[in-house]
Amino acid sequence: MQSWFPENVSTFGADVDGIFWFIFYIVTIWFFLTEGLILYFVFRYRRKPGQKAVYAAGDTWAQLAWVLVPMAIVVVLDLFIDIRSADVWAKVKLQRPPTDFVVHGIGKQFNWEFVYPGPDGKFDTDDDIKTDNELHVPVGKPIQVILMSKDVIHSFFLPHFRLKQDAMPGRRIPVWFEATKIGQFEIPCAELCGFGHSGMKGLLVVHPPDKYQKWYQEKSTGSGA
Amino acid sequence: MVSRKIDRFGSLDKILKKDIEVKNVNEIATDHHSHSDKRSFVSRYVFSTDHKVIAKQYLSLSLFWALLGAGSAYLIRWQIAHPDTEAFGWGYIEPNVYNTLVTMHGTIMVFFVAMPLLLAAFGNFLLPLMVGARDMAFPRLNMLSVWIFALASVVLFTSFFVPGGAAAAGWTGYPPLSAKNEYTGGGYGVDLWLLALALEFASFLLGGINFLTTAINMRAPGMTLMRMPMLVWMQLIAAVVFMLSVGPTIAGAILLLMDRNLGTTFYAPDAGGDPLLWQHLFWFFGHPEVYVILLPGLGITLEIISVFARKPIFAYRPIIYASIISGFLSFLVWAHHQYVSGMDPRLAMPFSITTIIISVPFALVIFSIVATLWGSSMVFTTPMLFAIGTLGVFIFGGLTGIFNGSAAVDIYIHDTYFVVAHFHYTLISNVFFAGFGALYFWFPKMFGRMMNETLGKIHFWLTFAFFNLIFGPMHLVGLGGMMRRIANPTQYDFLKPVEPLNIFITLMAILLICSQIVFVINFFWSLFAGKVAPANPWQANTLEWSTSSPPPHENFDAIPVVYRGAYEYSLPGQKEDWLPQNLHVGDGAKAALH
Repeated sequence: MQSWFPENVSTFGADVDGIFWFIFYIVTIWFFLTEGLILYFVFRYRRKPGQKAVYAAGDTWAQLAWVLVPMAIVVVLDLFIDIRSADVWAKVKLQRPPTDFVVHGIGKQFNWEFVYPGPDGKFDTDDDIKTDNELHVPVGKPIQVILMSKDVIHSFFLPHFRLKQDAMPGRRIPVWFEATKIGQFEIPCAELCGFGHSGMKGLLVVHPPDKYQKWYQEKSTGSGA
Repeated sequence: MVSRKIDRFGSLDKILKKDIEVKNVNEIATDHHSHSDKRSFVSRYVFSTDHKVIAKQYLSLSLFWALLGAGSAYLIRWQIAHPDTEAFGWGYIEPNVYNTLVTMHGTIMVFFVAMPLLLAAFGNFLLPLMVGARDMAFPRLNMLSVWIFALASVVLFTSFFVPGGAAAAGWTGYPPLSAKNEYTGGGYGVDLWLLALALEFASFLLGGINFLTTAINMRAPGMTLMRMPMLVWMQLIAAVVFMLSVGPTIAGAILLLMDRNLGTTFYAPDAGGDPLLWQHLFWFFGHPEVYVILLPGLGITLEIISVFARKPIFAYRPIIYASIISGFLSFLVWAHHQYVSGMDPRLAMPFSITTIIISVPFALVIFSIVATLWGSSMVFTTPMLFAIGTLGVFIFGGLTGIFNGSAAVDIYIHDTYFVVAHFHYTLISNVFFAGFGALYFWFPKMFGRMMNETLGKIHFWLTFAFFNLIFGPMHLVGLGGMMRRIANPTQYDFLKPVEPLNIFITLMAILLICSQIVFVINFFWSLFAGKVAPANPWQANTLEWSTSSPPPHENFDAIPVVYRGAYEYSLPGQKEDWLPQNLHVGDGAKAALH
């Protein structure tokens, strides 16, 4: 089943997948236990002539224990899943590492627009670098993207990074990720955003640090000229 | 009279036969029957206040909508498997038509198939019969509710033909997409969509009042709350959950209508509004709605399984308590639809905990059903197959829900086909499987004829196989990252690996839809030419089986008296393995039993 996932190329992707597999093993056991029991009962307790069913209404604690004990196990496992899950959620969504790499990601029907602060390091100045549908980042560095939207709700989805966050008009929502691999990865929109929703995609280009610097230099001189 | 007929305790069959003979005498003698025969065709079948006729009206409307829902599913699947080709029987599917299909499929299936089928049709038909009442508490209100629903249906159907087409902003209708026409979420279609939803909610509010009043005030003598059939309990809990949750969404819908037509800005961020407000108002109802559909489905499953396992429902009271608790919990989980929506990310954990904890009461219900099967004496009729199918499928859906409930996993699988596969497993098990089970089970009572068992079993196995072949692999498509509601997956390189699966799923979906022809043939053939049904073909205990099939105008010739709970099957020391709720076993008879 692992082969169905897109390749993981972010620092926290393995944690997200880890929770997936943690839950997968637990529910798989439950699946085979319950469905197996049902199948067994279905074959074992078919009607046979002259044989009556057992009258068991579950109205004594001794009988009820048969459902209450498994239920208690479910409670424990649920809390266990929640606790493990909370750590990963916090890692991805709450504990953003400090970084000097900040980009604005702006959703609009039906493109992703990315804005880098120019050489002055500030947004909303004349030397801002704007790209359409292309986000260039260096590998091995925490990247912060501040998500915005110009019209409707879009969702910034990086399948290879196990990251998803809606871009909500009227809000600035920061997300972070750190690439572990050089390459090009798609940035689909994951929230229905109009007739062009399908096909609204950007490209995340992960460079080695020196190549990234080169790209940035070219862009900043290009836009400054 | 009641005491006279059980002086001698023979076999149950004999007593029931005598019971029916007595009834026939009553029929001639009783005044209201000769009176009711004078009703004209229109007052009998069209503007009827009889809960059984109203139930059939809901049933017809929901089956009509199910056809459209299935049709839209076919077109959606065609487009996903063979993007931008001409769909067989339709033609090229424009991008915004695709969005309309996605929107209307969800709206139709949840609000115009699931609710009218499980709550309105079976609730209306069974609730008065099961508690031993002559009709609903407010028959005219009942008629009003079905006609408001009919109006809602007309409004929704009309929306397909207005300029700009039907709504295209998803069945969740998130603004700003749904708020302004230029965003291509639909024009007048959205207004009509909102109007149709508001009308349908009004209809079900009236229905809920009727369900509550009937079950609380109109129970037959001896029918204590803890003797009520499980389905009545589930309908009651569902009605309460619906009535308490729907208010905010109606308010939200009116705000959206005002934003669209009166220039208000409740959801417009550039003028002080907030699109997230809609999501909270919508899902505050939207998630309890899941349980509104699910509980009656589980109730149906419990009824059928108890009858054909010939066993009492295991842990009757704990199941009721668990269902009530799950009803309460369902009000505390709504924001799990919004983990990545932009709400404060710190909110995710409390909602993740409530969401995963809601699996606990359902675990109890499921374990109790499994325990009911233990030591049983199962008869595999068509309804029983569908009931076991519901159970098997629902367990799978419940388990995949744990993935969605975990906020961390949801970051990746949110808005992917994993979620689509999950909620089809939970909802289809309860609408499709439990719904069909209920139809096969109560068809004799509704229409006075039996359905064909062979066709029924063929229908079950085809449905069960193709259903799993569609939605099982769909989980893998979701793990591959495929987003919901995209019209053309071939536009994405990372989705290349799931393309063969998409084609396979589409083929299976077409076969699933085709398999339903077996049901349609069976339904109509049985309606006119099926074997005439006896009063109690399944040897079941609940009150609806104590009257004729179909029941007379006011259900019972004499209001039955209830002596015991609904599930006294295979009582030790008794010859028969069933004991109707209304059968009085006198002292002499009791002695004869032992």
